[in-house]
Amino acid sequence: MKLCRVLGPVVATAKHKSYAGRKLLAVQPLDEHGASMGSSFLAVDDVQAGPGDVVLVMQEGNGVRQLLQMGSQVPIRSLIVGIVDRVTVSA
Amino acid sequence: MNLGRVIGTVVATQKYEGLQGKKFLVVQPLDHALRSAGEPIVAVDTVRAGPGELIYFVNSREAALALDPFFVPVDAAIVGIVDDIAAEAAPLTAGVFIGEPIGGGGAR
Repeated sequence: MKLCRVLGPVVATAKHKSYAGRKLLAVQPLDEHGASMGSSFLAVDDVQAGPGDVVLVMQEGNGVRQLLQMGSQVPIRSLIVGIVDRVTVSA
Repeated sequence: MNLGRVIGTVVATQKYEGLQGKKFLVVQPLDHALRSAGEPIVAVDTVRAGPGELIYFVNSREAALALDPFFVPVDAAIVGIVDDIAAEAAPLTAGVFIGEPIGGGGAR
């Protein structure tokens, strides 16, 4: 998974049916110290994350399909699976 | 998934039969601040996106799963047309990273 910061919501009415009723958020990948790292991308929220939250994002379709339990034809690849309270790194 | 801007169309008459009748668009990947985020790609359109529209697309196998039947050779599919995106990137929640870098690591 990736550590990311939630930047804010993305609103779309015309979309594939699998995205209906699901919150889509722009997220910024972070390094282990919370600094931005690489380009932001989009992830479907499954844990009621909000802007500024640090979240865990899974980017693998099979895992997403198993979690969302919506059958096999789900074109979603990034899913927020956790809201992070604390990150402590030794180095 | 990633944001993108539709910057063109691709017409190909000679192609894999499963792709007949599908529309192909040239997409410039973007980040949340609508800055270029990689090389333009060609994506199959599943939501009737038009030229210049802000969209989002999905890559790899999930792109094929956006189509019906889905056993077709595509690895990028436009699956939404964006109406609105949060203008201001929310700051990092304080206290999560022990020993945060100076400035809390705001998005560029």
